[in-house]
Amino acid sequence: MAWKQKDLLSTQDLDANEITEVLDTAESMKEIASREIKKVPALRGKTVVNLFYEASTRTRTSFEIAGKWLSADVINVSSSGSSTEKGESLLDTAKNIEAMSPDVVVVRHKASGAPALLARHLRCAVVNAGDGAHEHPTQALLDLLTIREKKGHLEGLNVTIVGDVAHSRVARSNIHAMRRMGITVTVAGPPTLIPTACQELGVKVSHRLEEAIAHADVIMMLRLQQERMRSGLIPTLREYSRVWGLTLARLAQCRPDVLIMHPGPVNRGVEISPEVADGPYSVILDQVSNGVAVRMAVLFLLAGAKAERGSGGEG
Amino acid sequence: MSANLLIKDGRVLDPGAGVDQVEDVLITDGRIARLGKNLRAPAGTAAVDASGKVVCPGFIDVHTHLREPGFEYKETIASGTRAAAAGGFTAVCCMANTVPVNDNRAVTDYILAKARVEGVVRVYPIGAVTKNLAGAQLAEMAEQAEAGCVAFSDDGLCVMNAELYRRAMEYALPFGTPIISHAEDCNLAHGASMHEGFVSTELGLTGQPAAAEDAMVARDIVLAELTGAHVHIAHISTAGAVRMVRDARARGVRVTAEATPHHLLLTDEAVRSWDPNTKMAPPLRGKRDVEALREALADGTVDCIATDHAPHALSDKEDEYAAAANGVVGLETAVAVLLDRLVRPGLLDLPTLVTRLSTGPARLLSLPGGSLAPGAVADVTILDLERPWTVDPSSFRSRSRNTPFSGWTGAGGPWMTIVGGVAVTP
Repeated sequence: MAWKQKDLLSTQDLDANEITEVLDTAESMKEIASREIKKVPALRGKTVVNLFYEASTRTRTSFEIAGKWLSADVINVSSSGSSTEKGESLLDTAKNIEAMSPDVVVVRHKASGAPALLARHLRCAVVNAGDGAHEHPTQALLDLLTIREKKGHLEGLNVTIVGDVAHSRVARSNIHAMRRMGITVTVAGPPTLIPTACQELGVKVSHRLEEAIAHADVIMMLRLQQERMRSGLIPTLREYSRVWGLTLARLAQCRPDVLIMHPGPVNRGVEISPEVADGPYSVILDQVSNGVAVRMAVLFLLAGAKAERGSGGEG
Repeated sequence: MSANLLIKDGRVLDPGAGVDQVEDVLITDGRIARLGKNLRAPAGTAAVDASGKVVCPGFIDVHTHLREPGFEYKETIASGTRAAAAGGFTAVCCMANTVPVNDNRAVTDYILAKARVEGVVRVYPIGAVTKNLAGAQLAEMAEQAEAGCVAFSDDGLCVMNAELYRRAMEYALPFGTPIISHAEDCNLAHGASMHEGFVSTELGLTGQPAAAEDAMVARDIVLAELTGAHVHIAHISTAGAVRMVRDARARGVRVTAEATPHHLLLTDEAVRSWDPNTKMAPPLRGKRDVEALREALADGTVDCIATDHAPHALSDKEDEYAAAANGVVGLETAVAVLLDRLVRPGLLDLPTLVTRLSTGPARLLSLPGGSLAPGAVADVTILDLERPWTVDPSSFRSRSRNTPFSGWTGAGGPWMTIVGGVAVTP
């Protein structure tokens, strides 16, 4: 199947076949990580620009390694020390970067829709590496890869996403992608952290943790940001952690083969207790490893699609 | 140019006077002289053949941002009034959020002087309620009313202090000028860039609930009741606010309302495009809100159409959605999009649309115009209901291009705009 999409902005744009293709491609990329010399020439001569307007260690590093293992030239531009500090608009910065002919621009931005703005104006491929509370599609894809690896399949599973769904791009991307793959999704959290009309996303909504996780095959804990207290959405971290934290005691009530996931960075002792995060059910570090493979797959597919579009004379 | 004109054989539509027939309109010395068939004009009077066209009282926009002084890169009195004329408006009321703010007589005088020299349609300034729109101290409303302000509003901002707003309403009572409310609880709307609903949830944009508007409309109705003042709700956008205004009027409270073309024709679904030209305050609402607005426009709960023409340069708009400026231009598209999308499909009848664009606003602010009765000022808008159009922002007379209707096609729109008996377009 030839990859058709110019950009990867949202998992909503992907159908089940496309998601499966990314996961299959990622699986084949995983083998590279086990080699002595972790390098294949797939993207030799291609340029990947990581344009990060928001602090990120994991995602930026993951994209960087992915590009390098595929032999692309990877350039990192972060908002500190770049032209954004001089008051240049996102669009101007992007157009300047495009003038240097990159093949893929990977963008992380605090504003929802910023990658869509770039995609509308840039000829090169744009990958959304997280935009505001909108989407983080490669995170959802790496989560699906991890689940598929551990469970052997996706269809028919029950996944419960717990915490600050309202502000979570990870939750949104996962909800769309998981539903497309036949997974039943439940979201759980205090009503102040569940967005308006959330059910219309096709998920079940629960305001009781025990009930929400009892039958889950996978529990995904979301990071709770400190500023949610300041904006009056929760009273204290202490209370949040008592009511919504995943502890060993709560885990004991779950399915014996449950998987515990977290997109990171983990607030140990807040949304998840250290024993659970580091325990046998946790696949948090598998998620990180799979992140590189999924990003290799995404860069490979998008840069490849660009080459094909280019030969078709569309530029 | 003389202020004498004979408009021949048009369908003369003056709903306020119950007039709807093919006849002539004779204008002498800038005023309507006579209506009738086969009128004879004094020698030398220019004639316009309006056969097949609809001759209406001049349209008045009670909610325009002309941006001058202070933001001349977005719009000027010269360009804004030309945009108005092109869109079929013979008069505009300009909001106070300029720099400096129109919160004192000097600024009012400046706007009026500029409009006399450079404007092509009538300009009626709206003064600020509070000094520098800061919501802390009353502006000098008495002097401003004397200078020609026809209403008072901190539009763009909501006066959150109910006590101060109450006093503003009371203070303005002797001037007979309404207080125009930008009803938006700024705490409930904090940080929002769109309507709160399923679309905001999917897009991950902070939404403001309809309750942000409803809560303030409720407060303002209560204050109107307390003070006896006339409160006008600007750009009403929610089903809840419409319901409260309707109920309050039935009780005899002096509350009126305006609705914009974009709130009548678009929903928050439009934001999915991430086009910053779908961003304004109040935001595009849900389907049920739009239905309620249309109903209110038909039954008169909404007294008038207002454009909330809010010009912004590309540099203010073409940004991340949350960072983009609020507001869209509307003067040059309002009449055309409403004719094509509401009147043509039969959702609103033409006389009602004409009333909401002419008689409604004139009565609201006690302005001259809104009538084709003999003796009235000869402000006339002539419509061509068949003329096909495509919205092409590059052809706007406005200095700004920020329309959500770019690329729309349809038929029917303004054909000629006449101010004081003088054709200012085409």
